[in-house]
Amino acid sequence: MPDTLTMTGRSLRLTARKPDALITALMLPVLIMIVFVYLFGGAVDIGTRYVTYVVPGVLVLCAITGSSATAITVCQDMTGGIIDRFRSMDVSGLKIVGGHVAGSLMRNIGSTILLFAVAVGIGFRPHASVAGFAGAIGVLLLFVLAVSWLCASLGLLVTSVEAANSANFLMFIAYASSAFAPVRTMPWWLRGFAGNQPITPVTETIRGLLLGQPVGARIWVAVAWCGGILIVSAAASAVLFSRRTA
Amino acid sequence: MSGLGIETRGLVKSYGKTRVLGGVDLSVPRGSVYALLGGNGAGKTTTIRILSTLSRADAGEVRVAGFDVLRERHEVRRAISLTGQYAALDEAQTGAENLRMMGRLSGLSRQAARARAAELLGRFALTEPARRQAGTYSGGMRRRLDLAASLVGRPQVIFLDEPTTGLDLPSRQGMWEVVTGLAADGVTIFLTTQNLEEADRLADRIAVLDGGRLVAEGTAAELKKRVAGQRLDLRLRDAAAFAELTRRLDGGASFADPAALTVGVPTDGDAASVRALLDSLDPDRSLVADFAVHGASLDDVFLALTGHAKGELAHA
Repeated sequence: MPDTLTMTGRSLRLTARKPDALITALMLPVLIMIVFVYLFGGAVDIGTRYVTYVVPGVLVLCAITGSSATAITVCQDMTGGIIDRFRSMDVSGLKIVGGHVAGSLMRNIGSTILLFAVAVGIGFRPHASVAGFAGAIGVLLLFVLAVSWLCASLGLLVTSVEAANSANFLMFIAYASSAFAPVRTMPWWLRGFAGNQPITPVTETIRGLLLGQPVGARIWVAVAWCGGILIVSAAASAVLFSRRTA
Repeated sequence: MSGLGIETRGLVKSYGKTRVLGGVDLSVPRGSVYALLGGNGAGKTTTIRILSTLSRADAGEVRVAGFDVLRERHEVRRAISLTGQYAALDEAQTGAENLRMMGRLSGLSRQAARARAAELLGRFALTEPARRQAGTYSGGMRRRLDLAASLVGRPQVIFLDEPTTGLDLPSRQGMWEVVTGLAADGVTIFLTTQNLEEADRLADRIAVLDGGRLVAEGTAAELKKRVAGQRLDLRLRDAAAFAELTRRLDGGASFADPAALTVGVPTDGDAASVRALLDSLDPDRSLVADFAVHGASLDDVFLALTGHAKGELAHA
């Protein structure tokens, strides 16, 4: 446990030393939200104010872009000299990679708070009970954890930082979900994918919980997806790590 | 067994179809400095990676600090440190932060890690730049920080993979002083090098690795005794004479330095044989300007043992 804390602290310190990357990571979701609300929002008619609809989607998108940096930080460690030192010091792969995931979780908490504050500033009004808020935060954290582990395994799979950058493309999966537009408004051939991929239940669960609407079984679908991605990615990371260091 | 810091028997390692190590036996006494000498591709880094638990041998037994590297890997890792050819540091962390992190990972408390980092920064003349990011350090400073990082956990066995490669002369000499100082503390030091002078200066014992096999092992003096023992250095009159003599020697020189117009030839140092050698190489006395007889260097040893000189090695 102390090792994991040390590695998490390291991850956060390394983040803080790259202010340009940090500002980009913080500003990108805010700008995307502003673009959606002010540029596209006027043209979108879905029966409610678009800001109310889209903010939970932007929170999920922000979680993806924020977590995707894990692929880069993990890949940097694996391709640099420091991995040999950590291993010869008997720091396990779980602690090395886990430090990056925990660092990602912390970064995402920071960027989500910022994003949420801006969302309230531009007119987002949640109607959630304390339990609803807690549930939304819990689902979002679980989602961040799952995507961070997924990106960590991607970082272990590729052998260059440039390739690890491609984890960013995961955000396009969010566009093909109900994060920004209801699935029923999409062309028929996309609906099957958009309705049944993990981002849709995760977004709709968070949206429902924040707006005080019933979420039904969707919350369990969301939790199952996140848990599944988490378990598979962590297991894949373990396999990839031992293969890379054989 | 207990007197040995490192012991290997029949170490074999292949990468795909390429055999990198073909049965290496090493015995390194505790508290000694041991140099593994060889050129590029001889198998030095592979050996050090296996000894430091980072890589697994295909066959053979390895004990480090008294522990088996496979069955007692955690014990081995707690007893060793590794400093590779590339600095194993976070460039975006400061020197002090890097060392404190290593201290925490070695199991030190926050305060103890802080104290140990300050102590090592002082010892390696890094107190002044301690608050700067390691990425801003010069090559020599980075190596010192890297070595300091490897000492944080007070290892019993220290592995140094080519510790001075790429360093300028003052930094190299600084590193030699550091290694000599460590040896005085009683730890076992296992280093690899392509530099014969370095092995000669630092190591109690030297093993010569060539093509994945040990071709010789012993003290520098013992190794030098194994060859003729003396070397005749001939300085030639001009470039043409240099070219002519190297042609006549046909690879029999222990070194040839075109810039200094000097060629070294193995000899036993006996006056009669030196005279005969000069007569046979330069019968009409037109090529050689002057000569000197030296005790053989480790370069001569290398040539005699492996049958080929190490092109990238400067002669000692």
